[in-house]
Amino acid sequence: MSYLTDNKAGAEHLLMGNEAIVRGALEAGVNVAAGYPGTPSSEIVDSLAKVARERNIYVEWSTNEKVALEVASAASFAGLRSLCAMKQNGVNVASDFLLHLASSGIRGGMLLVACDDPGALSSVNEGESRLFAHLVEIPLLEPGDFQEAKDIIKWAFELSEEIQNIVMVRSVTRMSHASGNVKYGGLPDTEVHADFKCDGQLFDPERGPMISMAVGAASLQHGPQQEKIKRAARIFEDCPFNNYTGPERPELLIITSSACNLYTREAVNLLGIKKRVGILKLATTWPLPPNLIEKHLVSTDKILIVEEVLPILEGQVKILAAEMATEIGAKIFYGKRSDHLPSVGELNPDLVVAALSSILDINYESVSETFVSEAKKLAERATPDRGLTFCPGCPHRASYWSIHNALELDGRKGFVCGDIGCYVMGTLPSGFSTVKTLHSMGSGTGVASGFGKLKQFGMDQPVIAVCGDSTFFHAAMPALANAVHHKSPFTMVILDNSGTAMTGFQPHPGSPENVLGETAPALDIEAICRSMGALVETEDPFNLEATRKTFHRLIEIDEGAKVLILRQACALSPERKNKKKYEMHIDEAICLGENCGCNRLCTRIYGCPGIVWDTEKGVSRIDDMICVGCGVCADICPAGAITREEVE
Amino acid sequence: MAKATLLRDPYNIIITGVGGQGNVMSSRVLGSMLADKGYFVTIGETFGPSQRGGSVMSHLRISGKSIWSPQIPEHKADIIAALEPIEAIRVLAPYGNPDVKILCNTRPIYPATVIRGEEKYPSIEEIKKSVTKLASDSIFIDATEEAQRLGNPILANIIMLGAICGSRTLPVEKKNFEEAIAGRVKPSLIEINCAAFDVGMKLSQG
Repeated sequence: MSYLTDNKAGAEHLLMGNEAIVRGALEAGVNVAAGYPGTPSSEIVDSLAKVARERNIYVEWSTNEKVALEVASAASFAGLRSLCAMKQNGVNVASDFLLHLASSGIRGGMLLVACDDPGALSSVNEGESRLFAHLVEIPLLEPGDFQEAKDIIKWAFELSEEIQNIVMVRSVTRMSHASGNVKYGGLPDTEVHADFKCDGQLFDPERGPMISMAVGAASLQHGPQQEKIKRAARIFEDCPFNNYTGPERPELLIITSSACNLYTREAVNLLGIKKRVGILKLATTWPLPPNLIEKHLVSTDKILIVEEVLPILEGQVKILAAEMATEIGAKIFYGKRSDHLPSVGELNPDLVVAALSSILDINYESVSETFVSEAKKLAERATPDRGLTFCPGCPHRASYWSIHNALELDGRKGFVCGDIGCYVMGTLPSGFSTVKTLHSMGSGTGVASGFGKLKQFGMDQPVIAVCGDSTFFHAAMPALANAVHHKSPFTMVILDNSGTAMTGFQPHPGSPENVLGETAPALDIEAICRSMGALVETEDPFNLEATRKTFHRLIEIDEGAKVLILRQACALSPERKNKKKYEMHIDEAICLGENCGCNRLCTRIYGCPGIVWDTEKGVSRIDDMICVGCGVCADICPAGAITREEVE
Repeated sequence: MAKATLLRDPYNIIITGVGGQGNVMSSRVLGSMLADKGYFVTIGETFGPSQRGGSVMSHLRISGKSIWSPQIPEHKADIIAALEPIEAIRVLAPYGNPDVKILCNTRPIYPATVIRGEEKYPSIEEIKKSVTKLASDSIFIDATEEAQRLGNPILANIIMLGAICGSRTLPVEKKNFEEAIAGRVKPSLIEINCAAFDVGMKLSQG
């Protein structure tokens, strides 16, 4: 039995925020969960999958976030409780269906759990999902600690059923990937029966069809939808997760939510100003409950809003303050628009300390200036940047090596349109700076499809797109279909490392097993591309010579979309982890070091962390602790100093 | 459960290292050891987009009172345990203070910039000297070498965990580790993990 399904009375466990959300969903009796992997959200669906059998839940990693939301909605339409989890960028993908789902409404309780990444710690941007709740007019809840991350889920399901619409619960990296003590509640009975009632009239919320079809009659659906959000605001007035701590008439009122609640509490504690300031911690950040806000705004003249990235909560509070101006009087607001807090990057206790120190004119020094300056000087001198690089034995390094070298040899200034996965590092020296465009999931192929059509304007650079196997199914297939149909001449390289590697090897439609461990039909990427009409080749990127040759042959073909599948499992995948294929050796007598003329190709250019430069001896050396024995570097050394020996 | 008073509340520990060294695992084991004893534990983990090769750190807050911020405020670390030597320095600058206790593995993992020859890696002697100058209570441990002696360099993380627990700053004992590790590794690996923990405990006690 997993600690997530512990049903002893009074049980308490140290849980990650994502696990707390999972436990909350289990206590709420969730029946169906779907999502697409993305940091920091992935542990939600992964953990639910681990207890799926025990708790009678259907769990899947869907092809993409939009499909995941559609899958989860079906359960809700049939009267079950469902949850859909994704990272902030996923909400962009799901948003088209989300808008229409919010219009049709739901039956069984349904939650969209969005995990944002302020500071873009594991993302290509720090985009906001909060505004989607405003845009599609659904309630937004933001838990302020780990216990609440669990407790709020059950409450959110009840709210969803009460207003008959999907509810968005938003977490952030520092909630999802942080851990804290969580006291458990009980687990319900798992017997349910799914039944989609659809024999009623159009727009009958109980038995009618589930449709978003307000064509020419917006008031029929949009009006009732807006009533739902107004009801949510009324319910929020008494939400048990909104709370205030501080004096009755604080010198400064801080309004905050989510992880910022913890930073704010810490900052107030560090400055010792508990008697001077009050903290209004909100879990219901949209729509704001007006009476609750008024009650607190009236208690002081100065208000600081602490939130991450965009001033969204700040804007909402100011709207209410403007509407209530005659009752509450003029207020001074601090936050992002006053430049007391940044609108870029994540917050932390020190940024809140700085804002509070400036507003309240407090002098805060945590440690002596001397220590700070000496430690800083030491760090500048003695901490070389780790940068970002591929793992030792990563197939992407080998793939980019071949692509880069072939493009150099070709000489027509070819370039790569990048995509989302570990291989975003193709933009960096670790990927030989081969990637020249990078945006969203699947967009490399779409952009390449467009570049290919610029031939008529005289562009003769070879155009390449890269994408991973999971990304291929997620969003690159429509772009490839577009390219084939419009005869766009470019080469799509599918970096197939056998799973959604970056987020922890979640299965995708090309995997032979699903997340529940059941055998699943694995869709054949070669066959799909071929049936779309593309010329398809497959190579092992660890075979540098064959890969370069095949790639070169494909980019010389001037017409139509070509696909090169480079297939080699991720170095961290279960099939390769802790299994060395080769023992690698460098013969110090053969390595010519600086005199070789290769300009330290292996360490300076190829840059696999498994090979280091021995400054004393002036030769390269294998770091046995790091090397995973992929064997590729033996083919890179022009002197033949690196050899591989097959491990029995 | 009766709880011993902490040296400071919250008591702040940073475990730092390079992705792939088992940083997250050691912080979670230590966290559950203390949570099982009835303390409030908050862990904040920083891991970048690269699963391996980047700087990583875990912030642990131990408290008898409440949950705290998953990010330790600047200069408020009580212990910095580094699985890789320059990572100790990287963390010391923003989170250190003259009273911080440093536990540092001596085995370098060279950054890509060093391998490419763009930057220099300081000598271990220089690291020891400058760290000790800033934080007088510093212990350097050959955790990776000790782990290799036990048969697997990855055990350096458990040796460092043993060193934290052996430093007599936390209300934990060997048996708390035994309970915490049991649920996290295969039964066949419990013994070797306990042996690694013992090595660390001994080394931190001099």
